[in-house]
Amino acid sequence: MVFSVAPQTWVSILAVVTSATAGDILIAHAMKAVDLDAVRAERGLKGAIVAVITSPTLILGIACMAVSFFSLLFSLSGADLSLVAPATASLTFVTTAIAAKFILKENVDRRRWLAALCICVGVVLLAF
Amino acid sequence: MSHRLPFHRYLLLFCVMIGASVGDALLDRGMRDVGAVSIHHLGALLTALLNPWVFTGILVLIGFMASYMTALSWADLTFVLPSTAFGNVITALISRLWLHESISPMRWAGIVLIVLGVGFVANGPSLTERPVETTD
Repeated sequence: MVFSVAPQTWVSILAVVTSATAGDILIAHAMKAVDLDAVRAERGLKGAIVAVITSPTLILGIACMAVSFFSLLFSLSGADLSLVAPATASLTFVTTAIAAKFILKENVDRRRWLAALCICVGVVLLAF
Repeated sequence: MSHRLPFHRYLLLFCVMIGASVGDALLDRGMRDVGAVSIHHLGALLTALLNPWVFTGILVLIGFMASYMTALSWADLTFVLPSTAFGNVITALISRLWLHESISPMRWAGIVLIVLGVGFVANGPSLTERPVETTD
């Protein structure tokens, strides 16, 4: 069934994965850069929301997510959710774990690698 | 060392879990009405926004995004991601119950693996410990 998928579907899946990974990394970085509790204590919930959504890193991350979203809509119009969702999710999961380790310097320990592997295989199995 | 989180944080992770899959299912339902979109007519994606299913799906996904970003402010990306992966299990269950697709033994195996993976991470620390920077 995987081989019957049109090439442009794979291209759109690749576009979803690349932009989603970039978006995740940028958003995670932006959310760590803001001390949410401190801002909220000082300027309230509204101030905290303004502080978050005016962060340039976050805006760039959201832009990547928007690209990812429209690529997803595009792939959904040509293929089933049961193929597109697992394919994009499993690939994004692995690329993001790798990017989180090397770019965000997160402590991706054995437990998290094992989880990444389990989830990646599990998500692929969902496609069958 | 205890890795337990306060209840409201688990509640937020729960919203992260269900938000994406419910949103995606709504989008899928909407795109069935819209039909196939050709690469030469990408403008059709904008009219897809007017479809009530797609529109509701986007609202749910905005709620998901807010929960997801809040979670990222106090936890590692590699901690929050398994929650989003659990959404695939919910997508499979929605496909079965609402869109009436069948779940094969392979899919059940996939569901078990994802649940295992989420369990591994959820029992671990939520944030990488960084050495405190000294200012002098």
